[in-house]
Amino acid sequence: MTERELNAGPATPLSPRAIFERLAASASDDGVLTFEDEAAGEGHAGARDACVRLAAAAAATLPGVMKRLRDDPALAFDFLQNLTAVDWIKRDVIELVYHLFSYAHRHTIALKVDLPRAVPRVASLAALWPSANWMEREQFDLLGVVFEGHPDLRRLLMPDDWAGHPMRKDYREAKAYRGMPTTRPSPLDLLQSFDRAHATGPAAVRETATGPAPPSDATKGGAGA
Amino acid sequence: MSELVLSLSDESAPAGDEMILNMGPQHPSTHGVIRFIVRTDGEVMSSAEPDVGYLHRAIEHIAEKCTYEAFMPYTDRVDYVCAMTANHAWASAVEKLGRLPVPPRAHYLRVISDELNRISSHCIALGAMAMDLGAVTPFPYALREREHVNDLLEELCGARLTYNYHRVGGVGWDLTDAWRDKVLRFLDHFEPVIAEFDRLITHNEIFVRRLAGLAVIGRDEAIAHGLVGPNLRASGVAFDLRADLPYATYADILPKISWKTPVGRGAAGRVGDAWDRFWLRVEEWRWSVRIVREALDQIQGTPRGEILIAPKRFKPRGDALARVEAARGDMACYVVGDGGPNAYRARFRTGSFNAMGLVREKSRGLMVADLVALIASLDIVAPEIDR
Repeated sequence: MTERELNAGPATPLSPRAIFERLAASASDDGVLTFEDEAAGEGHAGARDACVRLAAAAAATLPGVMKRLRDDPALAFDFLQNLTAVDWIKRDVIELVYHLFSYAHRHTIALKVDLPRAVPRVASLAALWPSANWMEREQFDLLGVVFEGHPDLRRLLMPDDWAGHPMRKDYREAKAYRGMPTTRPSPLDLLQSFDRAHATGPAAVRETATGPAPPSDATKGGAGA
Repeated sequence: MSELVLSLSDESAPAGDEMILNMGPQHPSTHGVIRFIVRTDGEVMSSAEPDVGYLHRAIEHIAEKCTYEAFMPYTDRVDYVCAMTANHAWASAVEKLGRLPVPPRAHYLRVISDELNRISSHCIALGAMAMDLGAVTPFPYALREREHVNDLLEELCGARLTYNYHRVGGVGWDLTDAWRDKVLRFLDHFEPVIAEFDRLITHNEIFVRRLAGLAVIGRDEAIAHGLVGPNLRASGVAFDLRADLPYATYADILPKISWKTPVGRGAAGRVGDAWDRFWLRVEEWRWSVRIVREALDQIQGTPRGEILIAPKRFKPRGDALARVEAARGDMACYVVGDGGPNAYRARFRTGSFNAMGLVREKSRGLMVADLVALIASLDIVAPEIDR
């Protein structure tokens, strides 16, 4: 039995390539959109989901493309299911990955666009999908992508006065936040310094600190003997 | 120490008799550590603005610092009330990225563990929601059942809350015949309990009248705000990943049990009200019981012990998105590999995150006490928002 018979909805899912062709056909901006096929790697080389890529130079046309994806009845992407920013520091870009899903047709597509790492700016989609509101806030918070026209672009997870964007690959955490240290010594290091301080002390002290001394210590006739 | 900086989306001064109140972060009905800044005139709110991040543990960042396999225990902490499905989401995404095979028996064990965890997660959701609204008795009833599930899962994988049971390429341990019998006995015991729970609270007149027509979320609104899972289905959208985009072995199981996705019908008031969201989770209990029964039956046909194909020298390149139906709905896990042993980027998009984004808008005009009903009915779990 197929999924159709299970839930009997009006679904005619399109393949990612068909979605791309439909999208490209309705576009006036030729060549801006390219299709990246699903790739199956050999062995564990890895694989790639099929996606549509919007040329970096045309990032400003993103809202128009997204609106077509949402409003074209044959595509009808009514659910922005995921928004991820990936910091490709070696290529000096931040890649935005939008995953869309259509409840009407039960098909899915990923759309990617590269933004310059120094000034990652792109139009907000909060007007198209309200769910973009918080997802864009999160990507702004963690990766510093500025979503222009966002109704409420504030940090979401980190404190408002946090410095930097922690998911950037070159992010270095400050030593302290509001006088609170952001690191703490490892308990193992503490134990070792305790051990050193008491190395010449009574055996009982060493044993509480590090457990029973290994047999080799005892045979040497050291403190444990 | 300087004064705390907190920006609000609405910085205007309170007008007239309006007050700005703080609810949380440590408030018993916020389901974890969440804070609301409530603007209210008497009992009626003009807005409740969520302030989240108190449980932010940078799980996505941790994923970049350890190998694909070593990240599995951390996924438990994405949603500690239903950790199995977070395990499953990560395992599925990494397997999809690496095109890794998974033995059929492992798929069945994933389904069984997921559904048992869904039962225990809904125990918390329903019991806590009833308690938030002042009905204390159902909570221990629900927790008693959850305890049984915890015992079963502990016997299966050694943990009661953060399971770390799924593996990249399979699951950690096989089931025993004795365990299988215990689960079947539990299901026999649990089915009458669902009916008892219905009599006790779901159709209790006081409870129904408290929730009927409250915090109605319409179909289009639910989709646009990205509500998922039980919250979406309560608003009348018949969509369940297990049936509509089947993964693991759901495609073999659901037709055998005559699956029909439960959707909100507005039986108490209107489609998508808080009661529908409550009732729908009770229905999901029933379906989970049937799924576990069928899976325990079908797993008999798979070879014993073949539960894991562990990848060797796993350094995939590419990206993959996997979705699983968690207790709080469609959980999407996106993973990017750059040819190294660690993920280059990992992302979890969870049900509670999207649901929380809707709270501010839905809270307009609600009573303060109904805010509690709203967030309880959306089954929000704080670490799922903050990760």
